[in-house]
Amino acid sequence: MQWLNIVLQGVLTGGLYAMFAAGLSLIFGVMRLVNIAHGDLIVLAAYVSLMVTQGTGIDPLASLLFVLPIMALIGYALQRGLLNRTLGDDLLPPLLVTFGLSIIIQNGLLELFTADSRRLQAGAIEVQAFELLQGVWIGVLPLLQFAIAVAVIAGLQILFYRTALGRAFRATSDDRSVAQLMGLDTRHVFAMAMALSLAVIAIAGVLLAVRSNFDPSIGPARLIFGFEAVIIGGLGSMWGTLAGGIILGVSQAIGAQIDPGWQLLAGHIVFLAILAVRPQGLFPKVSG
Amino acid sequence: MSRVEHATPSSRIGVVLIAVTLTVLAAAPYWGDRQTLRLLAELYTFVALASLWNLLAGYAGLVSVGQQAFVGLGGYALFALAILLGVHPIIAILIAGPIGAVIAIPVAALIFRLRGAYFAIGTWVVAEVFRLLASQISVLGGGSGISLPATVVTAMAPSRQMREFETYWLALLLTVIVLGAIVVLIRSRLGLALTAIRDNEMAAQSNGVDVWRIKFIVYVLTAFGTAMIGALIFLQKLRISPDTAFSVNDWTAFVIFITVIGGIGRIEGPIIGTIIFFLLRQALADLGSLYLLMMGAVAIVVMLWAPKGVWGLIAERFGWQALPLQRHLVFEKEAGGKQ
Repeated sequence: MQWLNIVLQGVLTGGLYAMFAAGLSLIFGVMRLVNIAHGDLIVLAAYVSLMVTQGTGIDPLASLLFVLPIMALIGYALQRGLLNRTLGDDLLPPLLVTFGLSIIIQNGLLELFTADSRRLQAGAIEVQAFELLQGVWIGVLPLLQFAIAVAVIAGLQILFYRTALGRAFRATSDDRSVAQLMGLDTRHVFAMAMALSLAVIAIAGVLLAVRSNFDPSIGPARLIFGFEAVIIGGLGSMWGTLAGGIILGVSQAIGAQIDPGWQLLAGHIVFLAILAVRPQGLFPKVSG
Repeated sequence: MSRVEHATPSSRIGVVLIAVTLTVLAAAPYWGDRQTLRLLAELYTFVALASLWNLLAGYAGLVSVGQQAFVGLGGYALFALAILLGVHPIIAILIAGPIGAVIAIPVAALIFRLRGAYFAIGTWVVAEVFRLLASQISVLGGGSGISLPATVVTAMAPSRQMREFETYWLALLLTVIVLGAIVVLIRSRLGLALTAIRDNEMAAQSNGVDVWRIKFIVYVLTAFGTAMIGALIFLQKLRISPDTAFSVNDWTAFVIFITVIGGIGRIEGPIIGTIIFFLLRQALADLGSLYLLMMGAVAIVVMLWAPKGVWGLIAERFGWQALPLQRHLVFEKEAGGKQ
C-alpha cells in the first residue's frame, strides 16, 4: 500500500514535469529552437503571479487570468525582437542567446526579489485530500494539477491538428521556406509558437508556486526536468511528453523513498538509462 | 611550385611578443605582490578553461554547458588522491587528466546520441549527476565539502611563500601546456579535419572526414585538459564542495562569456576574452547580481551583432593572427617567372 501511494504521488508530480516539457517540446517542434531560459521563465511566471496576488489579493489560481496573457505577450515580443534573429543553420546563436537570457532573468529576479524562498498561498485547497483506497490518500491540489496538465496537453494536441494556427505550425515545422512561399509569415508563426509556449509556462509556473517553495535559482533544474521528460517521451510527441513526465516523477518518488539524497539522482539515472537503450525515446515523432 | 605555409608577418611578430610576455609572467614572483600573483594564476586557469571550451564548441561544434562536470571531477580527484591515498598534490593534478579522459569515454558514448542543443542540456544533466554523486561521498565531506588538510598542503613546500610561488608557476606552466597542445592539435592532420568540420560539417563528411570519431577524440581530450585544470583550481582554493566544484556559473557561464566576447573558433579569442572579463570584473564586481545581468546582456549583443567577437573583428579588419595557424598556399617563382 505504501508503494502504491508513492507511485501515485510520483504520477501526480509527473503531470507538472510534463507541463514543463510541453512548452519546450512545442517550440522545438515548430522551429528547432531549444530554449535554455525555459526554466527561468517558469520561475519568472511564478514571480509575476506573486506580484499579482500580492497586489490584488486574489487567489493564485485566479491570478492566471493576468499571468497567462502577460507571459504570452512576453513570449511574442521575445521571439519577434530577439530570438527570430538567431534562427538559422548555425546552432550556436540561439543556444548562447537563450543562455544569456537565462542569466539575465535569474539575476534580475535576484535583484528585485532577493534570494528568499517564496510560496503562493492557495488557501484551504492546499491541505484537502480524500481517501482513494484504504490507506491511499490523494491531495486535491496535486490531483487538480495533474488534471490541468492532461487538459493542457490535450488542448495543445487539438490546437496542433484541428486549427488553422496548428496547420501553420506544422507547415513551418515541415519546411520553413515552402511555408513562407505559401504566404505564411514565419516570423509571426514562430512568435505565436513562443507565445503559446510561454502561456503553458505561465500555468506551470503558477502550479509550481502553490505546490512548493521557489527562489530565483531553481529555474535550471526545471529546465532539466522538462528536457528529460521530452527525451524520455520521444521528440515531438505531446502524449509521449506526458508519459516522460510521469516516468520521471515516479522515478524520483521511488528514489526519495530509498534515500532522500537519491530523489534527483534516481530521475537522472532513469533518464540516462533510457537514453542508453532507447535514444529515440518511447514515442518518437520527429528526428532531432 | 606551391607549398603550404602557416606563418604570416603578424604571426611572426605575435610569436615574439608571446615569448616576451611569457618571460615577464614567469618572473612575476619577483615583481608582483601576493594579490597580483593570485589574480594572474586565476586568470591563467580561465584562459585554459576557455581555450578548451573553444576547442570543443568553436572547432568541433560540440556546444557543452556541462564542462563543470570535468572541472569538478578533477577537483575531487585531487582531493581523493591527496587525502585518501596520500598522493603529492602535483602528481595528483597530473593523474586527474587521465581520470577525466577515462570517465569522458562512456559519457561521450551516451550523450553523443543527442543532437545540437539537446546535446548541450545532456552535458548539463551529466554534470548534475556528478554533483549529486559527489555529495553522497561522505569521506570527502558529502554535501558540505572538505578542506585540504594542512599536512598535505605543507608537504608541497614548507613555507607559505614558496607554496604560493609553486602554485603560480604550476598554473602558468599548465596553461601554456594546454594552449601549446591545442596549437599543435590544430596544426596537425586532425586539426585540418577539425577546421573543416567547423566551417562546414556536411562538406567535411563528404570529403571523407570521420566526423563522429573526431568529435569523440576532441571531447575526450578536452575532458583530459579540463579535469587537470579543475584539479589545479581546487589546489589554489584549498577547499572543495559539490556546489563550488560543479558550479554552472563559474565554470560554464563565465567561460562561454569569455569565449564569445573574445572570439569563438579562434585560438586568440579566449585569451583576449579572459583579459576583458577580468577587467570588467575588477571594475564592476561591487554590483553583484547586476554585474552578472550585464554580462548576460553583453554576451547576447556580441552574439547577435559581432558573432566573431573582439578578436574576430580585429583579425578580419587587419588580417592579423597571433600564432601561425592558418594554412596559406604560397606560389614560388620558377625560372620562367610565372606565378
